[in-house]
Amino acid sequence: MSIFYTKEHEWIKVVGDKGTIGISTYAADQLGDITFVELPEVGDEIEKGEIFCSVESVKAASDIYAPMSGVITDINDELESAPETVNDSAEDTGWIAKITIIDIDEEELLTTEEYDAYIETLD
Amino acid sequence: MSKMLFEKSVEGRKGVSLPAMDVPAVDMPANLKRNKLAEIGEYSELDVVRHYTNLSLKNFSVDTHFYPLGSCTMKYNPKVCETVARFDGLAAIHPMMPVSGGLDMCQGALELIYELENHLSEVTGMSATTLQPLAGAHGEMLGIMLIASYHRAKGNKKKYVIVPDSSHGTNPATASMMGYEIITVKTADYGDMDLDEFKEKMNDEVAAVMMTNPNTLGVFNPYIKEISEVAHAHDAMLYYDGANLNAILGKVRPGDLGFDVVHVNLHKTYATPHGSGGPGAGPVGCSAKLEPFLPQPRVVKTGDKFSLNYDKENPRITSYFGNYGVLVKAYTYALMMGSDGLKDVAEKAVLNANYIMQKLKPYYDLPYDKTCMHECVFSASRQVEKGVHALDIAKGLIDRGFHPPTVYFPLIVPEAMMIEPTETESKQTMDEFIDAMIEIAGIVDTDPDSLHHAPVTRPVTRLDETQAARQVNVRYQKDA
Amino acid sequence: MKFTPHTAQEVAEMLGTIGVSEIDDLFAPIPAELKTEGLDLPKGISEPEAVRQLKKLSGKNKADMTCFLGGGVYDHFIPSAVDAISSRPEFYTAYTPYQPEASQGTLQALYEFQTMMCEMTGMEASNASMYDGGTALAEAALMALRISKKRNKIVIDSSVNPVHKKIVETYLSFLDAEVIDVVYGSGESVEKYIDGTVAGFLFQNPAFDGTVQDFTDIVAKVQADKSVAVASVYPISLGAVKSPGEMGFDVAVGDGQSLGNPLSFGGPYFGFMTTTKKHIRNLPGRITGKTVDTEGRDGYVLTLQAREQHIRRAKATSNICSNQSLCAMNGLFYMALMGSKGLEDVAALCKSKAEYAKEKLAELDGVSVVNDGITFNEFVIELPVNASEVCAKTAKNSILAGIPFGHYVEGAENKLLVAITEQRTKEEIDSLVSEIGGAI
Repeated sequence: MSIFYTKEHEWIKVVGDKGTIGISTYAADQLGDITFVELPEVGDEIEKGEIFCSVESVKAASDIYAPMSGVITDINDELESAPETVNDSAEDTGWIAKITIIDIDEEELLTTEEYDAYIETLD
Repeated sequence: MSKMLFEKSVEGRKGVSLPAMDVPAVDMPANLKRNKLAEIGEYSELDVVRHYTNLSLKNFSVDTHFYPLGSCTMKYNPKVCETVARFDGLAAIHPMMPVSGGLDMCQGALELIYELENHLSEVTGMSATTLQPLAGAHGEMLGIMLIASYHRAKGNKKKYVIVPDSSHGTNPATASMMGYEIITVKTADYGDMDLDEFKEKMNDEVAAVMMTNPNTLGVFNPYIKEISEVAHAHDAMLYYDGANLNAILGKVRPGDLGFDVVHVNLHKTYATPHGSGGPGAGPVGCSAKLEPFLPQPRVVKTGDKFSLNYDKENPRITSYFGNYGVLVKAYTYALMMGSDGLKDVAEKAVLNANYIMQKLKPYYDLPYDKTCMHECVFSASRQVEKGVHALDIAKGLIDRGFHPPTVYFPLIVPEAMMIEPTETESKQTMDEFIDAMIEIAGIVDTDPDSLHHAPVTRPVTRLDETQAARQVNVRYQKDA
Repeated sequence: MKFTPHTAQEVAEMLGTIGVSEIDDLFAPIPAELKTEGLDLPKGISEPEAVRQLKKLSGKNKADMTCFLGGGVYDHFIPSAVDAISSRPEFYTAYTPYQPEASQGTLQALYEFQTMMCEMTGMEASNASMYDGGTALAEAALMALRISKKRNKIVIDSSVNPVHKKIVETYLSFLDAEVIDVVYGSGESVEKYIDGTVAGFLFQNPAFDGTVQDFTDIVAKVQADKSVAVASVYPISLGAVKSPGEMGFDVAVGDGQSLGNPLSFGGPYFGFMTTTKKHIRNLPGRITGKTVDTEGRDGYVLTLQAREQHIRRAKATSNICSNQSLCAMNGLFYMALMGSKGLEDVAALCKSKAEYAKEKLAELDGVSVVNDGITFNEFVIELPVNASEVCAKTAKNSILAGIPFGHYVEGAENKLLVAITEQRTKEEIDSLVSEIGGAI
């Protein structure tokens, strides 16, 4: 298992050719109280670097970019009624979608250490 | 909190008496008939009048409170405009009245359109104006449409629209609605679109540059002529967002600055009421190059007769001639102002804004410290160090009987407070507002927490916007 | 007449505070060579002069006609209380309710408006109004494109007002979208376009020629194909006619003029848009929502703002910013005064009087009713002569007989679109019939 982050603040946990995607704790904190997660549909094909869903708070909306290309196999539909789960546990129970990865491509992705260093440079 | 109207319904009450049926009653056939009546309730006329009169008392408005909402130009709305807009000859005429065939039944209505268009063309320095757009953003849409039509007719391949990062949200939203991609240019130290970055980003695929001048920081762009030349060299059109036109009336005209399209917010500059959010009116003026693409119908004058010209190829953006009742009010205002009055509007609006800016400067941070036009933008960053945000200051003002300025806009100023007093406010009113702002600045030092609880004088305290967005409830339900 | 209160002394004091010697110094940021010499406009006039001038213009319009014009705008009765309430400056001189604690009046009124529009259309969610009926339909087409994401076709049924069709086409003509127009009188059904590629189907009920239909079956077929079904409706008809909700539509739009807004030569009116819970986040425009304050009391705010231009900028659901609050409130006050029963009564009066007019007109030699289905309060008649000429003749006797149908449909020069509201008495309808009889 390995975890990668993007500079747009998504994370992907990779096990074999399966990936779980969400937004980082940092991103969730920045957005504030999350009010809505626009989930993708199972079966959707997503492409690395492309927007595939979005997250809304009261005063902001943020697009979610696919960290790797793949096909959606599962979505966290609990977020429909409880979007605050993303605030409570962005990198665990607040996951957004699971995919079958088409191409394990780590280019431009950051490791946990690299991401932590990256967010230090922000603000 | 007030009860819902629906909770006051009593079966059998009537608020209106209708004439009796004087022809045989005929019902809709069963297969086309509504099964369940709309549940509106039943009320007496007094029930309805009292319910809504009491609701109205929960509002701040220009007639009751100072309302320095930046960028929204909450000036006084002259009462005579309300009177004339209700004249039968203007309010009780159907838009499909015959205009031709020697009938001449609405020559006055068409004349008003024709004259107001000419008036606005002169004020903006444009070659033609249409009054059809129903709001500022609708005008923006038409403006970008005219530009897109021009490029399309010329065979120009255009993909982008440039907007400064200080722009109104409607600018990028409009350009994107018209199929363009957005290029954003940062604001330079002098308070407007960075000239060097603009030149760097300008290219032959840019369709338009959308500018607000003076911009949302209240700054007049010193390089506007150069921007216009650079844009035109690439056959890009320069768009003037007229939200702030009130600052330059009779002083300088967008057309003379090189702008090709202008929209005017009559509900701002021409003092027509905002009506709790609308109706507005967003006439669009354009240069001769764009005139052929204006939407149908156009009012034309032949001799001393007015008629309508429907060019079937041209776009339609609304069913008739625009928000006519609003246009009547704006025209009346335009007549009363005249060339001298319009100039006076700009002068006093700018005088008032600079007066407030000067008086509050010692107490709040002013990120762009220079002579402003019709509005000034402070930042609450100094107060944030004590834990008080722009929102808290806004709510504190509500408790002191003032509508707050626009907060958190423009986006490029952290903790922005955008103050636009408008020209119709007196020195006395502004002094009271200034005193309240200074008092609040003092409380930030002595009792910052009290501002977190403001307002305490209204029917409600702060509302939970997160709950509103999570558990969406947009209509009353009896059993809920 | 000026509305600036400053005395010369106050101006001097203020300039002193600012630290400049004259007002012109404040305009120094504008390069001198760009400044205008002065506007080529007359000088301002006094209030009584302005009133006189407007009275003169108003007098050039014939407002005392007996009106049988419709086409989407109708001469309905407006109770005096409507204008009395909306003339309260607390409503008409307020702005968009950005500060909810200082705007609970507007916000609760709009929440009640949304509730009533949901009730009228039989839908679950409403926004706080749009510009007008035509642009609301165009926004509904854009909404259908957003919902279906990858599809880019919009099909417009022959029932839709051709002017509204043109507005939809205009809105969509700059996007990667295709509009398929099912032409009035072509006899074509939209059904053949249900092929898995269409984002949305737009219908109007009653159709612009007045014919009322039950779209339930076609709506089901459209939805089975994952397209969005949109109905454009005339709210007064909803006191009698099956609602969009009862037919299963996804989105209902329309023009609210008939609900308490004066004719006013075409505006301001308001558009409305209602939908199902499922699509609420795809609605354009302002939406009012109910919530609680820090003390747990009920209150109202603008909600779901993350859809809107001031937050999402280029990615907003629409560029729309203003709504037509005051006109929507006129609609609210009108519906409240009429009540459920009154709205049903108005619809019954319209329908019955129109049936009477239709029957009497059809008795005239050479005149026939064109609609082959049921109508509500508007219908098309075929005349033996040019309809515009007939209208010119009846107008001389103060009757606006209808809208020549050729305005909408090419080759329909002898057809006339006639609308009857509860305002028209039996006597007036009888005069219409005799005037038309005399003119042909």
